Amino acid sequence: MLIQYIIRRFFSAIPVLFGILLVTFTLARVIPGDPCRAILGEKATQEVCDRFIREKGLDKPIPVQFWVYLQEIARGDFGQSFRYGMPVTRLLIERLPTTVELSISALLVSMIVGIPLGIISAVKHNSWIDVFTMIWANIGVSMPVFWLGLMLAYVFSLTLKGTPFWLPPSGRLSAGMSADPFYVVWGLTLPETGLRIALAQFISRLNILNALLTANWALLKDAITHLILPSLALGTIPMALIARITRSSMLEVLGQDYIRTARAKGLPFLKIVLKHAFRNSLLPLVTVIGLSLGSLLGGAVLTETIFGLSGVGRTLYDAITARDYGIVQAFTVVIAIFFVILNLIVDISYAYLDPRIRLD
Amino acid sequence: MSQQDASTNKVASLDAEKLSLKSVSLWQITWRRFFRRKSALVGLGILAVLVFVALTAQWIAPYDPYKPLIGIEKVQRREKPCIHLLGCPKDRPQHIMGIDGNVRDQFSRLLYGARLSLIIGISTVTFAIIIGTILGAVGGYFGGWIDNVIMRIMDVLLAFPSLLLAITIVTVLGPGLINALIAISIVSIPAYARVVRASVLSVREMDYVAASRVLGGSDLHIIFRRIMPNALTPLIVQGTLGIATAILEAAALSFLGLGAQPPTPEWGSMLGAERNQVFTAPHLVFYPGFAIMLTVLSFNLIGDGLRDALDPRLAHVSG
Repeated sequence: MLIQYIIRRFFSAIPVLFGILLVTFTLARVIPGDPCRAILGEKATQEVCDRFIREKGLDKPIPVQFWVYLQEIARGDFGQSFRYGMPVTRLLIERLPTTVELSISALLVSMIVGIPLGIISAVKHNSWIDVFTMIWANIGVSMPVFWLGLMLAYVFSLTLKGTPFWLPPSGRLSAGMSADPFYVVWGLTLPETGLRIALAQFISRLNILNALLTANWALLKDAITHLILPSLALGTIPMALIARITRSSMLEVLGQDYIRTARAKGLPFLKIVLKHAFRNSLLPLVTVIGLSLGSLLGGAVLTETIFGLSGVGRTLYDAITARDYGIVQAFTVVIAIFFVILNLIVDISYAYLDPRIRLD
Repeated sequence: MSQQDASTNKVASLDAEKLSLKSVSLWQITWRRFFRRKSALVGLGILAVLVFVALTAQWIAPYDPYKPLIGIEKVQRREKPCIHLLGCPKDRPQHIMGIDGNVRDQFSRLLYGARLSLIIGISTVTFAIIIGTILGAVGGYFGGWIDNVIMRIMDVLLAFPSLLLAITIVTVLGPGLINALIAISIVSIPAYARVVRASVLSVREMDYVAASRVLGGSDLHIIFRRIMPNALTPLIVQGTLGIATAILEAAALSFLGLGAQPPTPEWGSMLGAERNQVFTAPHLVFYPGFAIMLTVLSFNLIGDGLRDALDPRLAHVSG
């Protein structure tokens, strides 16, 4: 039953994926301005530009370009970045880990704080802690990410300078901090090209994971201190949302008869809250977490801009302004596909958590 | 505990009052429920202040929001706030939020910014609701391939993080406030289309709709006079919360330099212009951001209040 549901949901995602490819392709083509002069500079001569356009296949009819594009995607080839002069896939391997690390830690922060706060304020309904959580949650969802980021940087990097609470305002690592990839430290011999080296490079650029793998504690500490402020800035909105949803769905569950029964038969209160109530209020929580991940990716553009991180969001923004078709297409496609997969996972975990949905 | 009892009593007495009245319209009940919530009232209060400021900006603003004070007053670029009440020397001109990078009074610019933010929020949501309603109603009512095509397009739009999609659309249209508004509207259409479609689907097969059809009602008549009133409640809630999101996104676009352009006194663009000065002139970053937060907060509080007031099912949950 569950397998059937997964397969059905999977097939229904295909038209959406096709739509995404079509939209990104079209958007990249209709961005005004001349890609040639955006890349080669304003002074590029007509001949140079003509050759450039022929070489990149930009003179072919649009449907033909789209067909070529689809074939390339199917082969996992996202083409070249005009601006950086390297394959987009390589750029993706270089930039994606920053964003992945940032999003995951922001989500972790928001869950670690948001879920307990939500549970406590539901259990202690109308107490001061509940009122405080709700006020704070309302303010949290209304906060502009870029403002929060700048204010955090001001407080922690300037006001608290010289105290143990000082945190760096930008970058992923301190200057002079070297991060040896784990596969070098381990002495692995990997082929020059191919999936294995790409994967190894990707993992090694996740600083925290790489530091753990190489047991480099100085690196670990440095990476974490650099990650705290951006994660707080990015995680605040989902944190507030998670706290609110946890609270309201817990309240709904706690008011039900089976909870009263469980209390009447003398089960420990903590056990009732965590095992009986929390499990049943997971459904809305899963949705919010899934959807938050999507907005995290959008917020990443702002957070990466403020904290000087060259992740996917920042690179994509730069590419849009520079009309670097290759990057715009590839990065939006990757983000959108990631988003679709996330929604798929949310739906499937829905079906897993609530068997009634599978029949729908 | 006693406080809780008192509030329960109050609720009970209010309910009794409701029962004793012969006819109370749905809207009256809603308003009463809405006004019982403190947070909703706070939201309404903030919004009232913002509307007042927006309407009277040209009279209450002490300075011209566009005109640099060079040669008019002895003030420095990015000077710190000077408030006479807080001990700033009386012989110096008062600038309660300081001077910005172009030697203008930031307080005056902030007041004018309220105008823009409210217009941005309301106009984008209105546009998105109109398009979203038409798409959702047509899809839900006619069903079949029309519905399929419309909803798949909405799915594709929803597959992009909204801010990223808005950035891309603005880049296609060219930076500027109007284009940013269009982009934000487009990005928020799917939410409204889905809400309307769901409401339409839930009543489409009901007897009273069939009756209207038998009586010879046209499709348009049935959709807008018989079906759409059912979608009003979720639309109002979604719209109010949508204004909050729209203001945030517009501010983000302006912050990135894609929305309102200087010297327009738009909060996001004011903040963006001074973001590199956050360590030396934090007041230029703090106040515009705080204003954005307050505005967004007010719409969020009102939206939540409306949702709870309009959906009695939730009333006991959110207390």
